[in-house]
This record gives sequence, C-alpha cells and structure tokens, in this order.
Amino acid sequence: MVPVSYYLVLSGILFMCGVLGFLLKRNIITIFMSIELMLNGVNLSFVAFAAQWHALSGQVFVFFVMVVAAAEAAVGLAIIIAVYRTRETLNVDQVNLLKL
Amino acid sequence: MVCVAGAISLLAQSHPINSALSLIVVMASLAGEYLLLGAEFVAAVQVIVYAGAIMVLFVITIMLLNAGKEEQTRGSRIATLLGVPGVGIGTVLVAWTLLFHANTSTVRLGALPGGPQEIARLLFRQFLLPFEVTSVLILIAILGAVVLASRPEAIAKRHHVETHRAMPELVGSGKEH
Repeated sequence: MVPVSYYLVLSGILFMCGVLGFLLKRNIITIFMSIELMLNGVNLSFVAFAAQWHALSGQVFVFFVMVVAAAEAAVGLAIIIAVYRTRETLNVDQVNLLKL
Repeated sequence: MVCVAGAISLLAQSHPINSALSLIVVMASLAGEYLLLGAEFVAAVQVIVYAGAIMVLFVITIMLLNAGKEEQTRGSRIATLLGVPGVGIGTVLVAWTLLFHANTSTVRLGALPGGPQEIARLLFRQFLLPFEVTSVLILIAILGAVVLASRPEAIAKRHHVETHRAMPELVGSGKEH
C-alpha cells in the first residue's frame, strides 16, 4: 500500500532534475537527455493517476508519449549530427545561428 | 531511491556517455515503478523502447560525434547560481503540495489490470484515430531523420548523377567536373 502522492512526488523530482539539466548543461546531447528525463517524469505521473482513478486511458496515453518521444529523439539526434557537421562543436553557446 | 540517484548522477556527470548510462539506470528503475503500479505492458514498452531503442540512438550519436567533456563558461556558472536554488524551491513546493494538500488515495500492488490485452482493447477501439495519426507522425519523423542526417555532398552528388542520367547529351559530351 503506497500512497499515490509518493509516486507524484518522485515524478515531480524527476521533472525538476530534467529542468535543471536543461538549464545548466552546455552539451547539446545532455540537454536532449534532460528532455527525455522530463518526459519520463510526466509518464510516471500518468501511470500513477491511471492507478488512482482505475482508468486505463492513462496507460494508453503513456504509450503515445513514448512513440512521440521516439520520433523526437530520432529527428533531434539527426539535427545534432547536422549541426556538428557544419560547426564542429556540441556546445550550445557557440551555436547561435540557424543558418548553415 | 535508485531513480533519484540516477537522475542526480545524470546532472553531476560532465561526460555525456556517463550521463547516458545514468539515464538508462533511471529508465530501468522507472520500469520497476510501473510494475509496482500494475502497468505491466507500459513497463515492458519502457524497457524495450526507452532503455533499448532510444538509448542506443543516444549512445551511437555520442560515439559518432566523439563528444568530450563539456567546458564551463561564464553563462553556465550564472545559470548554476540561479538555477539550482530556483529548481530546489520548485521541487519543495511541488512535494509539499502533493504530500499535504492533495487527497490522493493509496494504491495496492497490481490493483489495475494493465496487461497487453486490456491496453490493446482500449487502443484499437477508443483510441484508433490517435493510433493511426501517430503512425503517420513516426513515418514523417523517419523521413526527416534520414534527410537531416544524410551528408549534403551525398545529396548533391546524387542530384548530379540524376542530371547526367536525364540529360546525357547536355552534360555527357562536355567537360566533367
């Protein structure tokens, strides 16, 4: 018997860690991983609420979030490769132009 | 818990490959949490898609780009000074609200049937249209990833070859470059 709020607090901590990484990190790949961490935190709260309300729709939504995260990871990493190819750096401070 | 330790380790590591490995730890422990909440199918998909596929993408990209340690700049030090207390206050606020001001119930181990059968019944009846839309989305994502990651010279060369094939009398007779 675990209170649902414990899961929600864990989800909040994960989301905040993701926000912190997004703000602090200067490596573009690590920033991307922080975004994945935030998505995972939200997924955990979805599943926790699904368990609380006895509704399976939350778990289906987690499935959709995972699919969208996979698509986003593929496109984002391709963008990172393209950026590295033109700029030879992964530091976001030095990437300030969208133009190639 | 293991999950929080992995998340903090993700932030503390300066080398991206160590961050990626700690993210795998976070995802594996989250799969355990899903199992505790009775979401068996979601736990399996978490291990396969997140800890498997997405993390392989990340690790391959890190190795491909030969990512080294990140360097600290003045901006990142300012971000650390402002960001750490702000996010700490945010976390405490969220935790305080959830623990003392939310009337949430307790959950029993495996209270909700979250097996593949129930999920699939919901997914293919009530959520059929979103399912199809996601399939189109992922097709577009594949095309975009291939176009973005392919070398521009390769595209230019292919275009050149196609022009040769289409108009051999124009470019074939002249000087090649």
